[in-house]
Amino acid sequence: MANKKSQESQGSQILEGSHAIALTIKNINPDVVSAYPITPQTHIVEDLAKIKANGEADYEYVRAESEFAAASIVLGASAAGSRVYSATSSQGLLLMTEVIYNISGLRLPIVMTLANRAISAPINIWNDQQDAMAIKDAGWIMFFAENNQEAIEQHVLAYKIAEKMMIPVFVNVDGFILTHCYEPIKIPQKKEIDKFLPKYKAKKGEFLDPTNPVTIGAFMTPAHYQQSREDLHIDFTKSIKEIDKEYFLLQNILNNKIKNKKTNNGLFEYSGPVKPKTIIVAMGSVIGTIKSALKNNKQVGILKIKTYRPFPHQEIYDIMKEAKNIIVLEKALSFGTLGPLYSDLSIFNKKQKIKNFIAGLGGKDIKEKDIIKITQKFDNYDKLSFI
Amino acid sequence: MTKEIKKISSGHNACAGCGQLSAVQSVMRALDKNTIIANATGCLEVTTTAYPQSAWGLPWIHSLFENPAAVATGISAALKKRGEKKTKVVVMAGDGGTFDIGMGIISGMWERKEDILYICYDTESYSNTGFQASGATPYGASTSTSPKGDKNKCQKIKTCDSVNEIGNEYQKKDMIKIALAHDVPYVAQSTAGYPNDIFNKVKKALTMKGPGYIQILSPCIPGWKIKTNETVELGKLANLSNFYPLLEYVNGQLISGGLNSEKDAKKFKQEYLGKQGRFKD
Repeated sequence: MANKKSQESQGSQILEGSHAIALTIKNINPDVVSAYPITPQTHIVEDLAKIKANGEADYEYVRAESEFAAASIVLGASAAGSRVYSATSSQGLLLMTEVIYNISGLRLPIVMTLANRAISAPINIWNDQQDAMAIKDAGWIMFFAENNQEAIEQHVLAYKIAEKMMIPVFVNVDGFILTHCYEPIKIPQKKEIDKFLPKYKAKKGEFLDPTNPVTIGAFMTPAHYQQSREDLHIDFTKSIKEIDKEYFLLQNILNNKIKNKKTNNGLFEYSGPVKPKTIIVAMGSVIGTIKSALKNNKQVGILKIKTYRPFPHQEIYDIMKEAKNIIVLEKALSFGTLGPLYSDLSIFNKKQKIKNFIAGLGGKDIKEKDIIKITQKFDNYDKLSFI
Repeated sequence: MTKEIKKISSGHNACAGCGQLSAVQSVMRALDKNTIIANATGCLEVTTTAYPQSAWGLPWIHSLFENPAAVATGISAALKKRGEKKTKVVVMAGDGGTFDIGMGIISGMWERKEDILYICYDTESYSNTGFQASGATPYGASTSTSPKGDKNKCQKIKTCDSVNEIGNEYQKKDMIKIALAHDVPYVAQSTAGYPNDIFNKVKKALTMKGPGYIQILSPCIPGWKIKTNETVELGKLANLSNFYPLLEYVNGQLISGGLNSEKDAKKFKQEYLGKQGRFKD
């Protein structure tokens, strides 16, 4: 009892998001960390370098000469049976994209943090989610966090899912808005993580091992290639159930009480009226702004997508069908067509009016009054609007 | 008695008489079974791993064209974390992956003093994609992207002035000097004409701590436009003619090989160039 009490008394601390992520990674205990600095990811990898330098952790920290190298280094370490970590953002992600696709094709359970940032040109270091959308079809599971508490818990979940499904995972955190924000955070303790996440042991015959030599990354002709892509797709789809199941297991270990599993789970969170007139769908930290803007609103519900890939179509259908109007607010776009999140949701566009709002690109402020305006004057907007 | 697994088996799909595959045989003879190989995209990867078959009896990974040096770094870090000291990490790549697209990645590996042996099979062109010029292509070689022009085809006086009569107009990049500039402790050059020299150099490199770089001239039958029985002979002529001398540097000092006397070398120059279609019109 005394022990439990002292643990609880550790409770929340006021921490910077990046620092909280680094402390969580330390507790997850990877074998190899490799990264290359890019704003706004820097504080995470600096903290991990410092933790190693202080002898507070015993992972190998490999300083890479580019993001392309960092991704390749964690790829090699993972193929050799290590638990690994890296983090990147924006241009860095684009530079490592070739490796990102390769990692999922090789079925390596790598976890990376993506500090979401705009893409050049014009050069801009502030937040949006265009970088994430550039790799949405790369075969990585993608989580999006509303706040830093959610972000760090998603990292713990990410390792469990990656290692179980042999599919890599990106945890998306909005650059600056989360990475540089100080808020009360409760770091999952090593003991709690160990209860949830078993020590990583690569399966015999699936990693580079001189006692059991295997060929990894063979050349596949048309007779085999499509089958390997189909296999990945099938496992990817299966991971929806695993994410949901493991999420509750983790919440239980972390002593977080969940009232309604149907509206708050590993895949999404719905808050608002049971029979909303309008639902506003979004991902990441903007959900905080939306919640604040629509406090006590009896007509508008808020649907936060936590797992963007695989996309939980079926699971959110029941929520979506209740509304007449759907607002899809996203910090990304697809030139010449509707936004990526809109396209994923348009499957529901049978009876409902669904409209796309592009906002917050390159850090453009999304104001509460903008949110209120689009919910109130929904009918006045075109199919796609920039706000 | 346990059945010994061959480190590389026959049955791969390389060209008959391929200079690279014969050099690979010599390298593999020298490697211990406690070795992990990171291979670049290229002829070697394509011809030895057509799924579900594999010619490799050692743990082997192929990720991308330009990243085996970084993949090897990751493998090395994983081994270090596990305290697995006796396993060696070896990179195998062609000249395109080494001199050109993978260059920066190799520099990073050498800066970190990784204990990785990097072997470059130098066919002096992008063999796998059809003999396009690379940074390793020598001056005057006609390749599919540095072709010699045909004077009979030029239309006007103006365009006739710009007919390419040389082939590749750039000098070969000096990768050995680049390795030495990184203070790589073991840097060597050999050719497919000298199987025992390759064997000895690989063995020697593996005894040294830190990075090693061995560059092996690997005559390419379709790329060089040579006969299937000429790769070993051309490997020897390349050395004898001073176009590609055997070299061995330990801690920056040349300890064996080097240029032959110009008088001796002269006798072999015409023979070396004359046998190759890429230097003809």
